Amino acid sequence: MSFYQNVNEIIFFVFVFLVLFGGIMAVRSRILMHAVLGLAVSLLGVAGLYFHLGSPFLALMQILIYVGAVCIMIVFGIMVGYTPSEVREQGIGVANPFLALTAGVAVFITLLIAISRTVWTPAAAVQGDFSLAYLGETLMYRYCLAFELISVVLLTAIVGAIILARGGRDEEHF
Amino acid sequence: MMESLMPELIRMVVAAVLVVAFVFLNAMIMGYLERKLSAHIQRRPGLMEVGPHGILQLLIDGLKLIGKQLVIPEKSDHFLFRLAPVLSFAPVVLPFIVIPFSRKLVIRDLDVGLIFILAISSLNVLTILVAGWSSNNKYSLFGAVRSVAQNISYEIPMLLSLLAVVLMTGTFSLQGIVAAQGKIWFFLIQPIAFITYIIAGVAETNRAPFDLPEAESELTAGYHTEYSGMGFSLFMLAEYANMFIVCSIATTLFLGGWRGIPLPFGDYSGIIWFFLKVYGLMVFLVWIRWTYPRTRFDQLMNFCWKYLIPFALVNVLVTAVLVKVL
Repeated sequence: MSFYQNVNEIIFFVFVFLVLFGGIMAVRSRILMHAVLGLAVSLLGVAGLYFHLGSPFLALMQILIYVGAVCIMIVFGIMVGYTPSEVREQGIGVANPFLALTAGVAVFITLLIAISRTVWTPAAAVQGDFSLAYLGETLMYRYCLAFELISVVLLTAIVGAIILARGGRDEEHF
Repeated sequence: MMESLMPELIRMVVAAVLVVAFVFLNAMIMGYLERKLSAHIQRRPGLMEVGPHGILQLLIDGLKLIGKQLVIPEKSDHFLFRLAPVLSFAPVVLPFIVIPFSRKLVIRDLDVGLIFILAISSLNVLTILVAGWSSNNKYSLFGAVRSVAQNISYEIPMLLSLLAVVLMTGTFSLQGIVAAQGKIWFFLIQPIAFITYIIAGVAETNRAPFDLPEAESELTAGYHTEYSGMGFSLFMLAEYANMFIVCSIATTLFLGGWRGIPLPFGDYSGIIWFFLKVYGLMVFLVWIRWTYPRTRFDQLMNFCWKYLIPFALVNVLVTAVLVKVL
């Protein structure tokens, strides 16, 4: 194995480590801010994997949308969450371990089935045009319906947020 | 294999050293300009003590900041508190990779250059939030939350104004966009996009009249209230570097980049024109900062959502239709 391939493998495993480490940090942390930062590390690792697979556009979109926007949105949860000192005093226990375990195992098995049934093509063997223009065209023609459905999901989220916020602030607590 | 990698490695190291050195130099130049210009706008001489017209003052300030003690508040989140200033440095150094300084001088001309800058800059907000939250200080947290609200709001008109230019050129490569401005600079064709971008850029860099995150009369110093010594200076360096990046995007997309009347310096005239334009814009931002009073927070948000975004959207629509028709 040549020097270049070695470096290539090391970079791949660094990104995999980032994804796993960030994921564990996101799940294990009691403090919301640490959990969000763990998620950010994990998502950056995923962006790195996209980059490693030769799709810089996807990697940058991953950073722009997930790290730059979604993580920030989650952080706004801090304003309704517990402060670090409160967590230390009370300690937040697991509400229902059995339900959590069942949900986790169910998702894991579903993913396992999906992964084992897919026929994987090695990245080097994938042929075709992956330019920005091609991506844009496929999104607007071939996958137009899926693309529009995503915007419907976003619209639902916005409408939901407005309904939740419609009551406005309490006059007394303003 | 080793031999073929060497030139690329040397290139990377040289680029990294040059960029970091430039970030420090830029902060010194801008620190001096800002203090001197603000002084003259307020009819006082400003820096006068160290060197002629105080020109060495920033050097002394730098030494002082390096020598200062780093105070870490006892009840803060120590690890994140130390990490935040370092993190704030990454998103302002990386965009230098794709900025075209002249026809030949660009570290890497990615075909997704503009998206690269925007994606990396979006990390900036996260570092501000980490800094504000980990300080465990109400002023810091308020500053950080305000900064986040302001930055994610003003990112929308910023993206929309840049999108209008991308629609016209059909490329995200910054060199490609400069090449498309051979006949006419885009601020003449896209005045609304240019003005929107400058306003959003002032808000993105948290500068007056949109400096609510660090409003000193109410929040002491915003998210970096608790930082001293090098922690504080890293934030300052990042802020000025961020200003440079915002101005260089404006120069590249709207003011013709390194293009200009040929100067008698051969290939170097492109670099000279680029820096003239960028520093011209930065002096303009300093001028705005010391001329206008701070806005109120509701005015700031209303201005973005009720005026800037609709105007930018209409501008994108009109541009799209005209590009298709013409």
